[in-house]
Amino acid sequence: MLGGALTSKTLGPLVVLLAFVAVFSLATHTFLAAGNLSIIAQQSVIDGALAIGQTLIMLTAGIDLANGSITVLGTIIAARLVSENQPALPALLLAIAACTGVGFCSGSLVARLRLPPFIVTLGILGIVTAAARLYSGGESFPVTDPLLGWPGNGVTIGGATITNGILVVVVLYALSWYMLTQTGWGRHVYAIGNNREAARLVGIHVGRTLLSVYVLAGFLYGVGAWLALGRIPNADPNALQSANLDTITAVVIGGTSLFGGRGGVIGTLIGTLIVAVLRNGLTLMEIDPLWQDMVTGVLVILAVAADQLSRERRAL
Amino acid sequence: MSAGEIVFEARGLVKRYGHVVALDGADFELRAGEVLAVIGDNGAGKSTLTKVLSGAVIPDQGELWLDGERVHFASPLDARRRGIETVYQDLAVAPALDIASNLFLGRERRRPGVLGRVFRQLDKRRMREEAAHYLAELKFRIPSIGSAVEVLSGGQRQGVAVARAGLFASRLVIMDEPTAALGVRESAHVLDLVRSIRARGLPVILISHNMPQVFEVADRIHIMRLGRRVALVTPTRHTMAEAVAIMTGAAPGETRPAAADSASA
Repeated sequence: MLGGALTSKTLGPLVVLLAFVAVFSLATHTFLAAGNLSIIAQQSVIDGALAIGQTLIMLTAGIDLANGSITVLGTIIAARLVSENQPALPALLLAIAACTGVGFCSGSLVARLRLPPFIVTLGILGIVTAAARLYSGGESFPVTDPLLGWPGNGVTIGGATITNGILVVVVLYALSWYMLTQTGWGRHVYAIGNNREAARLVGIHVGRTLLSVYVLAGFLYGVGAWLALGRIPNADPNALQSANLDTITAVVIGGTSLFGGRGGVIGTLIGTLIVAVLRNGLTLMEIDPLWQDMVTGVLVILAVAADQLSRERRAL
Repeated sequence: MSAGEIVFEARGLVKRYGHVVALDGADFELRAGEVLAVIGDNGAGKSTLTKVLSGAVIPDQGELWLDGERVHFASPLDARRRGIETVYQDLAVAPALDIASNLFLGRERRRPGVLGRVFRQLDKRRMREEAAHYLAELKFRIPSIGSAVEVLSGGQRQGVAVARAGLFASRLVIMDEPTAALGVRESAHVLDLVRSIRARGLPVILISHNMPQVFEVADRIHIMRLGRRVALVTPTRHTMAEAVAIMTGAAPGETRPAAADSASA
């Protein structure tokens, strides 16, 4: 049943992705090379992980502006502790716990005080960005520790490098897909985004479910911090400043509704890949990077327009 | 019908909001196997009574008895645990979810064994089968159990909410203006479901201001006026005009309800 909804909902984004792949394959010799495809996958790892959290929150009719800042805080905590000769594993776990804790704070404000997610996460964005800069003293911390760098390791097969980070992200997508489509919790997330009052009336614990969504998103941002350290072995307090908008872009292009209750992580995975393929392909064609932003902007507007149109058609 | 046992009863309910007395010693009784309509003018206490019965409002005074046992509802969840389900006026469904998901929303069934216990996996097939079976029993025709609720008409959507209440209520169903947002044909559809639920043995409390509907479907009619039950009439012995007259105070109510007994004295 949700399988059917999944296909029809993700078909559009999938067609767009395949169309871009076809165009770039014809336009360049290098795009379809195994090495290049694995680079696209590696480039998608951080946004891919963060976009899962963004999807969960947007399914409840929320939005998260703070995800990049939370991830940066995670990288700074882990990297600074290790640079102070603390053991890597506790440092990493502490960083992930801190990100989860920030998710708990935003979730409490949204679920208990019923504040709008846009404003809550805007506030958290400011607070966490400042906290990360204060804790780092404005410096960045190079990472040489093997555990923190582990997501960047990988095996190379036929020119394609499959990093541990890619595998972690694949697992995260599989798990979140399962939770959203195969469990009662997932049903409740959709129901809350669809019709919060109805969800309450049928006895769903709306507050508790919302809180769990933000906590889970925070945890994913913590894992994203680890992935980020694996990808770029340097914890920089000024990194990932556009992650919030990039993930919203990927989620929306992937067909998840801004109004909540519709969409899913498979669409988000496709949306993340669309953006990555577009950037990679246009770079290979040696087109000015500003055009990448322009095309991405057009795609976002088209995706939202499609969502709006289908809403209006349903309302008739 | 009125010969049924008393299932749900309220005695001397009082509820004040500041200086406003919404319920002023209201009595209530629901008997097994009946559709009991509750009517009353605006401000007569109809909706406060409904909320007290469904657990949404705690009365200042008075008693609730369910199956001869004194009960106290602190919230609608308490009432639900006692087998009382409520259908609301606005369509309480999740439009993007399919019919089976909506029927089982908040009460999902999980797969047996490890898959359900540890991995919390939903038993979608079982829920779909149970939903299809139950809707067939209610003679509720829908395109497909797997279609999203948003493709249904307003009447069918409310039908889903009514069916959900019927499916999970073990004692009785309260319907608070279930047809207020619907057209004539759509309403007829919902009233058919009300009859089907009664036919399965569940008594129904129907709150409505639509007199023709009330006279069409109800076995007895509880008339509220100024925070009290002023009469308990039957559509066979009273006309619509008489009921309206009692409701507005143009005609006196009865001191003792029709089919009266010691319960409400």
